[in-house]
Amino acid sequence: MELGLFIVLALVAMASAIAVIIQRNPVYSALYLILTFLSLAGLYLQLQAQFIAAIQVIVYAGAIMVLFLFVIMLLDLRKEEQRAVKGGYQLLIGLLLAAILLGELGLVFGGGVLKGVPGEFSPEKVSALGNTQVVGRLLFTDFLLPFELTSVILLVAIVGAIVLAKRRLD
Amino acid sequence: MFEFIIIMLVKIAVVFGALLLTVAYLTWLERKVIGDIQVRLGPMRVGYHGLLQPIADGLKLLFKEDIIPAEADRTVYLLAPLVAIIPALISFAVIPFGSQVKILGRTIDLYITDVNIGILFIFAVASLGVYGIVLAGWSSNNKYSLLGAMRSSAQMISYELSMGLSIVGVLMMAQSLSLVQIVKAQSVVWFILLQPVGFLIYLICAVAETNRAPFDLPEAETELVAGFHVEYSSMKFALFFLAEYANIVTVSALATTLFLGGWQGPLLPPVAWFLLKVFAFIFLFVWLRATLPRFRYDQLMGFGWKVLLPVSLANILVTGLIMAWR
Repeated sequence: MELGLFIVLALVAMASAIAVIIQRNPVYSALYLILTFLSLAGLYLQLQAQFIAAIQVIVYAGAIMVLFLFVIMLLDLRKEEQRAVKGGYQLLIGLLLAAILLGELGLVFGGGVLKGVPGEFSPEKVSALGNTQVVGRLLFTDFLLPFELTSVILLVAIVGAIVLAKRRLD
Repeated sequence: MFEFIIIMLVKIAVVFGALLLTVAYLTWLERKVIGDIQVRLGPMRVGYHGLLQPIADGLKLLFKEDIIPAEADRTVYLLAPLVAIIPALISFAVIPFGSQVKILGRTIDLYITDVNIGILFIFAVASLGVYGIVLAGWSSNNKYSLLGAMRSSAQMISYELSMGLSIVGVLMMAQSLSLVQIVKAQSVVWFILLQPVGFLIYLICAVAETNRAPFDLPEAETELVAGFHVEYSSMKFALFFLAEYANIVTVSALATTLFLGGWQGPLLPPVAWFLLKVFAFIFLFVWLRATLPRFRYDQLMGFGWKVLLPVSLANILVTGLIMAWR
């Protein structure tokens, strides 16, 4: 049953991710992206990472994508839908890059370049200590510096966004 | 295993039925209470003191013509009511509504499930509810609908933030995200006494999140005719209606669980206490609607970002300092 669930979630995630690119209507693209995020949250649940799954839904599906939709709804979609896809060199470069990426992925996962070493936190240990507690403790001990740096970067981004928006208003 | 599934299904059916019944009679309660406040009688004709009015209303909606606007985006238009109603109903899965009861020699916990991230589950599900409104507004292809959807998405994102922060104090004191554990942590003193500021912020945000007066800008009859659901009719409109009232019940139940000690109380059985507290909150919601005029849009945004957010952050800081000192 677990494997079946994994296959279903993985297929939905991939199909909706492809649909994000294929769809001509940006609102549909955004909706498919939400579906991708939700199936990813399901995959996290299967890995016993309930906290990450919930955060995935709250932050990505529930907040960031709402803002995306907010902006997309303000666009004139008819113009956007009629715009033809430019062929030629763009397609060529895209295909080339995709082939390189695929080759790299094959090298890493198939060729045994990266060997997965099981870490200290097995699913049993995590559920014994409490999912959220483990994440919180690690964030504020081992990963304190990256965590604080990230928050400073986010603060800079917020200040920057406000400065740019203000200048346009004045 | 078989027994477990049967018990689960019965529990889900009971909770679901009770929730739908509460939602249906919430409309009757609201009309009665508002009627009383405005010195009117409210519904009186259908049944004793209008008690059968919700059923009559439901039937009427069911038999109305179902209209889909010609220029609407059909798929999304049909999807939106479902996206609104499903999150509103499933958040009840983690709310504990009583301690344990013994039926036929088996001890049964009075909650559907106890997940260790219970409160995050509710917030995750609630954050998806906004899509129902946004998609309904966009797919109707009507400028009033779109304006309602815009307002709604901005409002819900702004107030969701303060709402999430307002309960952090409770989570710090309970040392758990599980709602069952949070109720247990309040066996001595309710969190409303230890977290009065958090409670107040939660209450304000809860009203805003459910799009109720005085924060009902997404529908604002006087300026947007009815906002996001103006093009909806028949059962699809009824689903939006149900979703709004189910959300009221959910935020009331959550307030009860987080701040008022959940089902705990003296003398009366636990389930009775739970219902009593939830209905007290529901009454407050109706009372607010009958008393307060609607906010202006800029006031709403200014209040959310410049007052609620800093105060809820300060609340977390003070809670943390006091807990560290002790």
